[in-house]
Amino acid sequence: MSTTVTTKTKGFPLPSSLKVIAGTEQAQAAYPYYIQFTKEDDDRFWFYNSMHFPEPMSVFDMITAEAAYCALGSANTRVHCLPTTLGIDYRVLNGRVYIGGNAVADPDEVAKRTQEFQKRAFYYYANWERLFAQWKNKMMALIREAEALPKLDLPEFEPLEHVHAGRGIASNHYILDTYQRTLEGYFRMWHHHFEFLLLGYGAYLTFFDFCKKAFPEISDQTVARMVAGLEAEIFRPDDELRRLAKCAIDLGVEGQFREGVSPDEVIRSLKQLGEPGAAWLRELEVSRHPWFNINVGDGFYHYHRSWNDDLSMPFAALPGYIANAKRGERLERQTDKLMAERKQLIADYRELLETAEERAAYDQMIELAHRVFPYVEGHKFYCEHWYTNLFFNKIREFGALLARHGFFPDTEDVFQLSHYELESAIVDLMTSWSNGSLPRGPERWPAIVRERKAAIAEWAKHETPPALGPVPDIIDDPAIVMLWGITRENLDTWLTAGEQPNSNEIKGVAASSGVVEGCARVVKSAEEIDRLSHGDILVCQVTNPSWAPVFQKIAAAVSDIGGSMSHAAIVAREYGLPAVVGTGTATQKIKDGQRIRVDGGRGIVTLLE
Amino acid sequence: MPSSEIIGWFADIGLSDRPTVGGKGGSLGELARAAIPVPPGFVVRTAAFERFLSALEKDEPIRTRVEALDENELDKILALSQQLRARLENSMLPDDVNSEILAAHAELCGEGNNPPLAVRSSATMEDAADASFAGLQDTYLWTIGTRATVRCVRSCWASLYSAASITYRRKHGLPESGVAMAVVVQAMVNARKAGVMFTRSPMTGDRSVVTIEGSWGLGSSVVGGEVTPDRFVIGKITGEISVREISDKHVQHEPAPGGGIQDVETPEEFRKVPCLSDAEIVALRDIARRVERHYGRPQDIEWAIDYAGEIHLLQSRPETVWSAKDRAPVARPAENPLQHVMKIFGGRR
Repeated sequence: MSTTVTTKTKGFPLPSSLKVIAGTEQAQAAYPYYIQFTKEDDDRFWFYNSMHFPEPMSVFDMITAEAAYCALGSANTRVHCLPTTLGIDYRVLNGRVYIGGNAVADPDEVAKRTQEFQKRAFYYYANWERLFAQWKNKMMALIREAEALPKLDLPEFEPLEHVHAGRGIASNHYILDTYQRTLEGYFRMWHHHFEFLLLGYGAYLTFFDFCKKAFPEISDQTVARMVAGLEAEIFRPDDELRRLAKCAIDLGVEGQFREGVSPDEVIRSLKQLGEPGAAWLRELEVSRHPWFNINVGDGFYHYHRSWNDDLSMPFAALPGYIANAKRGERLERQTDKLMAERKQLIADYRELLETAEERAAYDQMIELAHRVFPYVEGHKFYCEHWYTNLFFNKIREFGALLARHGFFPDTEDVFQLSHYELESAIVDLMTSWSNGSLPRGPERWPAIVRERKAAIAEWAKHETPPALGPVPDIIDDPAIVMLWGITRENLDTWLTAGEQPNSNEIKGVAASSGVVEGCARVVKSAEEIDRLSHGDILVCQVTNPSWAPVFQKIAAAVSDIGGSMSHAAIVAREYGLPAVVGTGTATQKIKDGQRIRVDGGRGIVTLLE
Repeated sequence: MPSSEIIGWFADIGLSDRPTVGGKGGSLGELARAAIPVPPGFVVRTAAFERFLSALEKDEPIRTRVEALDENELDKILALSQQLRARLENSMLPDDVNSEILAAHAELCGEGNNPPLAVRSSATMEDAADASFAGLQDTYLWTIGTRATVRCVRSCWASLYSAASITYRRKHGLPESGVAMAVVVQAMVNARKAGVMFTRSPMTGDRSVVTIEGSWGLGSSVVGGEVTPDRFVIGKITGEISVREISDKHVQHEPAPGGGIQDVETPEEFRKVPCLSDAEIVALRDIARRVERHYGRPQDIEWAIDYAGEIHLLQSRPETVWSAKDRAPVARPAENPLQHVMKIFGGRR
C-alpha cells in the first residue's frame, strides 16, 4: 500500500483557522469537550469523513462516531494489535466529523506489536469459520436483547400486580435503566462490528495488492469481482421483494400494485380481496421480519429509516418486479451463474501469471480472501441496519415520552440532545414523576432544540475542507487506506481541485463497466426515489442495500461516496449497469434533468449540456 | 498442387519449419493450422533461393564476396549491394523453381483470376524472438499478375543484399552460408482498417490486457509509423475497454491503380472517428487471446479488417521487449499463507 512521496509546500487549512459559523457557537459547544479541536491539533493531519458522515451530524447522532471509533480503536490498538497503527481520533466542527490516524512510528514498537499481532490476528484467520459462527450467535443475542427492552411507561399509579408481586422497584427506575441498556447495547454492537472487519479487509487488500502488481492495469472492480461473494445477508431484502412479486402473481393479486399508489392504499385494497390478499400480507410479514430491517442510508443518521418504518421504498419497487416476472424474466438472483463467472475469472487471471511460484502465492491469497471476506459483506445487515434501526427507534420512544411531557414539541427533537443531555432529561422526568412536581426540561429544551436544528440547517449550506493540517508524506495507515481509501494521490487531487478550470468531466471510481447516456436524476434522499423513471441515471450521495430495487429501472448509477466494493458497485455489476462511485461531488455538479454520459469502465461522468 | 521442396502451402507448414519457410511463413502456417483466419497463401521455400543463388554463383561468387567485406567500409558495401541486388532482380529463375511458383500462383488465384497479392520476405532469422532483424527485408503489397509476383519474389531475395542487411550481418559476424530467405505469397486483404496489437501492455507489461492500434486503410501506414493510430486497451479476460485514444488519422494507404499502394488523404468525416467499433475491438481481443494461447506466450500481431467486416491476421510474432526482462516474482508462496497479510499490516519496511 505504498504511495508516492512528493514534496509539496501546499497544505490544507489548519484546524485553528476554521471558524465556527457565526450564530452556531452554542450548537457547536453542545458536542462533548473531547471532540472539540484544540491548538495542538494544528500539528496533525485530519480529513473529513464524508464517506460515513456526509451531512452535519446532530448532537445525538454523534454517538455513532463515538461508539464506532471507540470500538475500532480498541480492536486495532489493544485487541489485534495492528503493528503500524493505533486507533482513529475524531473531532467535530460545524457538525462535520474530521478524523486522523495514529501511526506507530517507533520501529521497536512496531516489532513488538508485530509479534502480538501474529499471535492474535493469525489466530483469528486460522479459526475464522468457528469465530464467525460464534459472532453471528453473539450478534443475534444482542439483537434479541435490544428487541426485548421494555416499553417505556410512567403510569399514574404503579400497576397493582407489581405491588402485589413485591417488585419493590418503581417504573421510573426502569426508564433510566432501559436508557442505559439501550446505550450499552449500541456501544457493544460496535465492538462486534469491528471484531473482524479490519482483518477481513486486510486479507482482501493483500490479494488486491498482489493483483495490482502482477497486472498493473487490472481494474479495481475486476479484483472486487474475484473476491465478492453473493450469499451475504445484505442481498436478502431485495431478494425478498422479488419473492413477494412472484407471490403476488401466484395469488392473482398483482393488479393491486401500481406505480404511484401508496403502501397504505395497496394494503387496504389487498385486505378487501379476502383470502388471496390476506395470504400476500402474511407473506409480507414473513419478509419484513427481519429482512425489512434495512435502512435507506448507511445507518449513521437517525433519519435513515428502515423499510419497516416506511414501506414506500419496497412498495415502489414491486410494480417493476411484477412486470419483469410477467415478461418471463427470472426473478431469483442467478447466484450459480455468477459464482461460475467468478471461478472462471480467477482461473483466467491465474493462467496469465508467469510462474508456478506466482500461481501458488496467488492461490494462497485468494483462498484467504474468500474465507474471510464474507464477514465484510455480511456484517452490515446485522450491525448498520438491523441493530441500528432498533437503537434509533428505541431512542424515539424516549423522544415520544419526553415530548408527551412537554420537553420538546416533537418526538424527533430528541436527537438534538447529546446522549449525556438525554440522560439528564430522563433523570429530570423520573424525578418529577416520583415527586409529583413538574419537570424542569420543558423550560430548558425547546429553545435549545430550535437553535440546534437551525445550526444544522446552516452548516449544511457551507462546504467544508476535505482535509485539515499538514500533508503527510505518505499515508501508510492500513486502517485509513482500507476503510476510507485515502491515499497520498487522493490528497494531491484534493489540493489541486481548486486550481483546475471548470471541466465537464467528473472523475470517480470505475465501479461497473459500460457506457450509457441519459437523463440525470439527482436524488438527495430516499424519499425522492419515486422520481426515478425507467432509463434515468441515478445520481446520489451514497447508495446502500435498501436502494437495490431501483437498479431494475435505472440505466446507470453515479454516487459521491463509495469504492469498488461499495454496495452500489456490487449491485450495478450484478445488473450489468455502468456505475461510477466515489466522485465526491457528483450531486453538487450535476443538475437534475441534465443529460450526462457515464463511462463505468473508466470512472468518468461527462456533462453533455 | 501438393507442397514440395520449393513450395509450402500454409496448411502444411508450421513454426518447426522455420529453417525452410522463414519466421513469417512458419508463423502464418502455424496460425492457419490453428484455424486462425489468415489470408490463403504459400511460401516459396529457402530451397528455391538456394537453387537460384547456386545458379548465379556458377557465373560469379556472391557469398564469399559479401563475407570479405568490412562492416565499416560503407562505400564498398554500397557498391557491392547495388551490384548484387541488380543481379538478383534481373536474372532468370531456374526453370524448375519458376514453374513451381507459377503453378502455385495459378492455384492460389484460381483459373483466369488475378487478385491482388502480398509478397513478403520471410527470412530464417527474422522474427526469431532474439533478433530484432525484422523490418530489414522488403514486403510488396498489392502485386497483380504472375510476372509482377515473380519479380517481387526476386526483389525480396535481393533485399537480403541491401546495404543495411549486409552491414547488420557483418557487424554480428553472421556466416553468409546460413543466410537464406523464403518468400510468402498470399492473398491481399483489401483492408478497410488495419493495424497491430500486442497481447500485453507495451507500457506496463501487463498480460491481462490487449493493446490495439489501428487506422483506416492498409496496415502499412501504422506499421510504417506514417499515421498516429487510434489506440485501444481492452481487458484480455474482462473485455472491458479501458482506453480509447482517438487520433487524427490524416492519411491512409490504399491500393494504387495498376498495383502497389499509394497515400490517400483520409476523408474529413473519418479522420477523427474511431476506426474500430466496440464489437470489432472485442473480436480482435478474442483472436489475440486464441493466438497467445496457441503459442503459450505474449504475441505481437498484425491484423486487418476487410470491407465485409472479416478479420484477418497478417502476422504474429513473439513479443520481445517485456518477455526478455528479468523480473522478480510478484510474490512467492509462503510456508504460512497468513504471512502474506503482513504486506498490508506490516508497514512499508
